[in-house]
Amino acid sequence: MGIAHPDLPLSIRDITVAYQKKPVLRHVSLDIPEGRLIGIIGPNGAGKSTLIKSIQGLVPAASGQVSIYGKPFKEQRKLIGYVPQRESVDWDFPTDALDVVLMGRYGKLGWFKRPSKRDKEWAMECLSKVGMADYSNRQISQLSGGQQQRVFLARALAQEAQIYFMDEPFAGVDAATEKAIIQLLNDLKAQKKTVLVVHHDLQTVTEYFDYIVMINKRLIAAGPTEEVFTSDNLQKTYGGRLQFIGEHTAVHTDTNKKGALV
Amino acid sequence: MNSFWIILTGSLVAATCGFLGCFLILRRMAMLGDAISHAILPGIAIAFLLTGGRDSIAMLVGAAVIGLLTVFLIQLFHQSGVKSDAAIGVTFTALFAIGVVLISLYGSHIDLDLDCVLYGEIAYVPWDTLVINGAEWGPRAVWGLGIIFIISLLVVGLFFKQFKICTFDPAMAAAIGIPVALFHYLLMGLVSMATVASFESVGAILVVAMMVVPSATAYLLTDRLPVMLGLSMLIGVLCSILGYSLATWLDSSIAGSMTVVAGLLFLISFLFSPRYGLVSKWQVRRQIKLELE
Repeated sequence: MGIAHPDLPLSIRDITVAYQKKPVLRHVSLDIPEGRLIGIIGPNGAGKSTLIKSIQGLVPAASGQVSIYGKPFKEQRKLIGYVPQRESVDWDFPTDALDVVLMGRYGKLGWFKRPSKRDKEWAMECLSKVGMADYSNRQISQLSGGQQQRVFLARALAQEAQIYFMDEPFAGVDAATEKAIIQLLNDLKAQKKTVLVVHHDLQTVTEYFDYIVMINKRLIAAGPTEEVFTSDNLQKTYGGRLQFIGEHTAVHTDTNKKGALV
Repeated sequence: MNSFWIILTGSLVAATCGFLGCFLILRRMAMLGDAISHAILPGIAIAFLLTGGRDSIAMLVGAAVIGLLTVFLIQLFHQSGVKSDAAIGVTFTALFAIGVVLISLYGSHIDLDLDCVLYGEIAYVPWDTLVINGAEWGPRAVWGLGIIFIISLLVVGLFFKQFKICTFDPAMAAAIGIPVALFHYLLMGLVSMATVASFESVGAILVVAMMVVPSATAYLLTDRLPVMLGLSMLIGVLCSILGYSLATWLDSSIAGSMTVVAGLLFLISFLFSPRYGLVSKWQVRRQIKLELE
C-alpha cells in the first residue's frame, strides 16, 4: 500500500464501512482521474451515499485510507465541496437563500472570521450561476424542491473546490432544474474539476457521465462509461432486477425507484 | 427597588433561556432542554451536600457536569439502539429521581427544600445579596444570571457561524472540518449552566417554559436567525415585566405568572403573526377564494 499518486484527485484504498455489525461497504479501492464527471451508481442500499460520506469522514470507516491529491483528507478539506441530500436538512430554518450559499465560505473563513463583503458578492455570483439571483432574499422554505437543490449547488460552488461530492442532486427536481444542473456540472468539468455524483436514473447515465463507479456493497467496476457501462456489469451490480433493451440501455424494473419505469 | 430586582432577575432568566432555547428548538431538541433541566437536580444536590451552602460556583460546575453527562448518556443509549425519545425519558427521569431521593434524604439537615428547587421563589431574590468586604452589591442571583447571560452571548456571538451551520446542516459542517460534537456539547453546557443559574428563581420546572416558549414565539414572527435570537430575548423581558405585574395584581406566584404571560404571548403570535399566524393564513385563503369567484 504505497503512497498515493499526487496527481490523482481521489485515491481510496481498501475502505470498509460497517453500521452496527454488518458491513455496508467492503474493501473498496478506487483511483479517480482528474477533470471527470463521475456517476456513482448502484441499487438502493448499495452504499453509494455511504461511500462519499466515508471518504469525507462523515461516517467512520472500519478500515482504509483516503488521499486527496496524494495527501490525507484532513489536510485537503479546502479542496472539497459537498452537496448533501436535499432532505438531510430542515428547510424551515429561519434563513434566506443567500445566507445558505454564504455557508459555503465558512470553511475558508477559519474559526473567528465573519463573511466579508467579497464573500457576499461571490455568494451572489454563485446564486446567479444557478439562475437563482432573483431569489437571494427568499426564505428557504418558500423555495420549490428544484430551487432548494440549486441553492445547495450554489453553496458548493461558493466553496471553490477542486473535487465535488454530490449526493443525488437530481432527486425530485423538475426537468428544467435537471438541465441546469447538468450544464453546471459540465462547466465544472471544463474547469478541470472532478465531480462525483451519486445517481439513480440509469437511463441518463451514458448521457451525463463520462466515467462511472458501479457499486453494490463492494466495487463492481470503475472506468470510462463506454468501457464499464455494460450489461454484464449492470447484471453484477443490480442482480436479476434489470431488463435489458439493446446493448447499453437498461431500464430499471424496481417500481420503488424514482427512476425510470418500464 | 425590590420590584426592580425581581423584574431584572426574571428578565435575565427569560432572556438567557430564550436565547439558548432558539438553538434547541431549531435542532428539534426542546425536550433535551427539558431533560437537562430535570437531570441537573442531583448535580445541585451533590454540590449542595459537598459545600454545605448555596455556593453558586460549585453548583454551576456540578450542574454543568451532570448536564453534559445527561446529554452524553442520551446519545450513548440512542446510538446503542434505544429510540431517542425513550432514551431522553429514561435518562432524565432516573437522574431527576436520584436528585429527589438525595434532597429528601439530606435536605432536612440543610437548607435546601424540594419545593424551592422545583418551583423556585423569585420573590426572595432581593434579600439574598452579594456581600464583599461588608458592602452590599445587589442580589446574588442577578450577578450569577448576568454572568451566565454575558458568557452565553459572547460564546454564541463569537462562534455564531459555527452554531448556525451545525444547527442547519451538521453533515456539511463536519465535512468542512467544524467540530460538530464540540459545539453540540458547548451548547448543552451553556444550557445546563443557564438552567442551574435560573432554577433558584423560577424553579427547575418552569425553566423549561422559559427555554421553549419565548423562542417558539420568536420563531413564528421572523424568517431570520439573528432577529429570532433578538426577539426571543425581548419576549423574555416582556414576560418578566408583564408577569410581575400580573402576579402583584393577582397576588400569586411570580414565576407562574411569567410563564402564563409567555404562553399568552405565544398564543397571540400563533393567531396574529404576519406570515405564519392562523388569522393571516385564513385571510390569504379567503383572498384566493374571492379572486377565484
